[in-house]
Amino acid sequence: MAETFTFTDEHALLVQSATGLIGKQVSFERVRQWMSTESGYDAALWREVAALGWLGVALPEAHGGAGLGATGLVSLAEAMGRSLLAGPWLATTLAEQLILAAGSAEQQAELLPALASGERIATVAVSEPGGDGSWSRLAARADRDGEGYRLSGTKAYVLDGQNAALLLVVCQCDAKPAVFAVERGKLPQTALRAERLIDETRRSARVCLDGVRVEKSARLGTDASAALARLETLGALLVAAEMAGGNAGVMELTLEYLKTRVQFGKLIGGYQALKHPMAWIMVALEHTRSLVYRAATLLDAGDAEATTAIRMAKAQAGESFTHAADRAIQFHGAIGFTHECHAQLFFRRAQWDEYAFGDAALHRRRLGETLFHRAPG
Amino acid sequence: MPNDTELNEFRAQVRKWLAENAPEKPAFKLPDSFMEVGTPEQFAYLQSWQRKVYDAGYLGMAWPAEYGGGGKPQIYQDIVTQEMAAARVPFMVNIIGLSWAGPVILKLGTEAQKRRYIAKILSGEEIWCQGFSEPGNGSDLANAQTTAVRDGDEFVLNGTKIWTSLGTEAKHMILLARTDPKADSKYKGLTFFLAPVDIPGVEKRPIRKMTGEYGFNETRFENARIPADCVLGEEGQGWAVAMSTLAFERGAESGQAGGLSMVFLRVDELVEMAKVFTRDGRPALEDPLVRDQLVRFAIEERAILLNLARLRVPGLNQERPFGLMLMTKLVVSEFRRRLCRYAVSLQGEDAKLYTGDPDAFHDGDWQRHYMNAFSATIGGGTSQIQLNILGERVLGLAKG
Repeated sequence: MAETFTFTDEHALLVQSATGLIGKQVSFERVRQWMSTESGYDAALWREVAALGWLGVALPEAHGGAGLGATGLVSLAEAMGRSLLAGPWLATTLAEQLILAAGSAEQQAELLPALASGERIATVAVSEPGGDGSWSRLAARADRDGEGYRLSGTKAYVLDGQNAALLLVVCQCDAKPAVFAVERGKLPQTALRAERLIDETRRSARVCLDGVRVEKSARLGTDASAALARLETLGALLVAAEMAGGNAGVMELTLEYLKTRVQFGKLIGGYQALKHPMAWIMVALEHTRSLVYRAATLLDAGDAEATTAIRMAKAQAGESFTHAADRAIQFHGAIGFTHECHAQLFFRRAQWDEYAFGDAALHRRRLGETLFHRAPG
Repeated sequence: MPNDTELNEFRAQVRKWLAENAPEKPAFKLPDSFMEVGTPEQFAYLQSWQRKVYDAGYLGMAWPAEYGGGGKPQIYQDIVTQEMAAARVPFMVNIIGLSWAGPVILKLGTEAQKRRYIAKILSGEEIWCQGFSEPGNGSDLANAQTTAVRDGDEFVLNGTKIWTSLGTEAKHMILLARTDPKADSKYKGLTFFLAPVDIPGVEKRPIRKMTGEYGFNETRFENARIPADCVLGEEGQGWAVAMSTLAFERGAESGQAGGLSMVFLRVDELVEMAKVFTRDGRPALEDPLVRDQLVRFAIEERAILLNLARLRVPGLNQERPFGLMLMTKLVVSEFRRRLCRYAVSLQGEDAKLYTGDPDAFHDGDWQRHYMNAFSATIGGGTSQIQLNILGERVLGLAKG
């Protein structure tokens, strides 16, 4: 089969606008400033992001979106990852896509426009404490309670949970996964605890669902299995795209150091002990990019190979970004070990990314099952 | 640009042609790549296959029609190359002509040179070899000591070139020789020649490889006289010309004429092996360590194929336009070496057997492939030189 990429001029423009905005607004200094705040993001910049349409890139035009699909999303994710821009874009985008996949036309029309415009922040609550990265054994439950449902269990790593007005919570209902739209305002004050993450630029929360009751109308669709599977792969793809950006960003940071630091009377980048590993880091980054772009293309085409391609992209991104960030610390020498050096921002980001939506080993295990036609066990 | 329907029809047509015209498997063993063509029967078989492909219009499809090419968009040739890989047909034996000599002649040659050489490169009638390395100058290519001294309408060549693949069969050599030994830097004073090598004063000595095979030569020039119009580009500009051939060898412009240069090895073949060989009495494919390694290879193989496709999409190469191009040779050759090594290891104790033993798995092909894989990690600039090139030219790091 011919390998193709369906990136269009519109995508190129999107990357340009993202690069432009980020170039103007995002610096390591500002990233650190946002990092020290409770919400982790800048409200003015968020409004600008919304005004540029970044929250509707992959939504149908009927819901105020641009209809640019996963290829549009990965373009943005890569650009944001490059400069470590966090904020609730990822959470809201995933929530939108889950509503699209699981919700009825009425629910979509009701919920999506306020998300696309940036008026409301939303997130998805799927993972649970102590999880192994796969979503196949979720324990949170939804039990029928009159006309509504009573939820129980605990959700973890709820991205921007403390910033979101709307949480899409996945629970087991009648032995099938179901999605519930839960208003943050309906949760008890004590239900939500901000997590302390290895990536200090991100925000996430642990959410206790015990005692939360929702109306029948809060349930999106019936069997959410397919929507959940799609969310899992889309999340892996977007994080992989962010990782490609982070990988490029940390490589540039390291290169800059190797081009200015002098030891033994020479620029240290001239030493092959540093030069050759940097070349391999570039190779691994380009592998990641190609796999990410192609996976997005396949997802948009509804190709059956899309999941395999996404798993490959996430597995490769995991290996390449964590390695580039690891070497960034080492190649900066002692300064690389300080909190002040920006290398740690990428390093800690890479750690978070690696364990979000399945680490490299998990995806390779799943790939083995697909590629070698053998069930797990 | 042709539309998808046209391209799909073309692909189907190529597939059909290959199914009907692929050559019968010969009684003798075929070489892994153009670098291991060691017997007259191997050469004759491969030369006639290239001729057949060219006559069918499937080679040089994107080269100008006036010189013997097809004058079509590149995508047609790429489809043929993909289908040839999928159909596992033999490689094109005149690959040095197709990938190096031809493109550089089309880019820098005179009208007369294009008319003289191009069509016969495509048909395989005239085989080309490359004369860059010398016994004392491998990685340090610019230090070439072979001399070319002008004498009227001729140049007189003296010196030794080595590791000349296809040297025995070649009619021409792309040759880097020193025309001005007094130049103030080693990079100056070199000239790029399209030199005939079937002439008096050229002595060819075959060299035996670690595998036991032949396929490359030492080529000695002793007062060999070649016409002055064999110069490609300007006299004294040989280094720049040689560097421009690297782009054909390694990058976006590689494979323009089409044709595979070697047997394409696939991870799928290792998966099949892992079903045959065992670990503790169970198929090796059930061993989690084996599975993980095979998946790693599958991911890398996919990335390499995608990189090659991405090379042709400028919008996806904006950041470092030459990065993908210059890393191709390194990545492909190192992948192949590791893949072969792992294929050997899958065989368990049978890995000890070698080509010729009746019990060797696939006649010891993988053992031989593994050894031959070094020809690509060393030839055409070692992997270590490639890493320097990437570090310095692409990433902008200081020279060592």
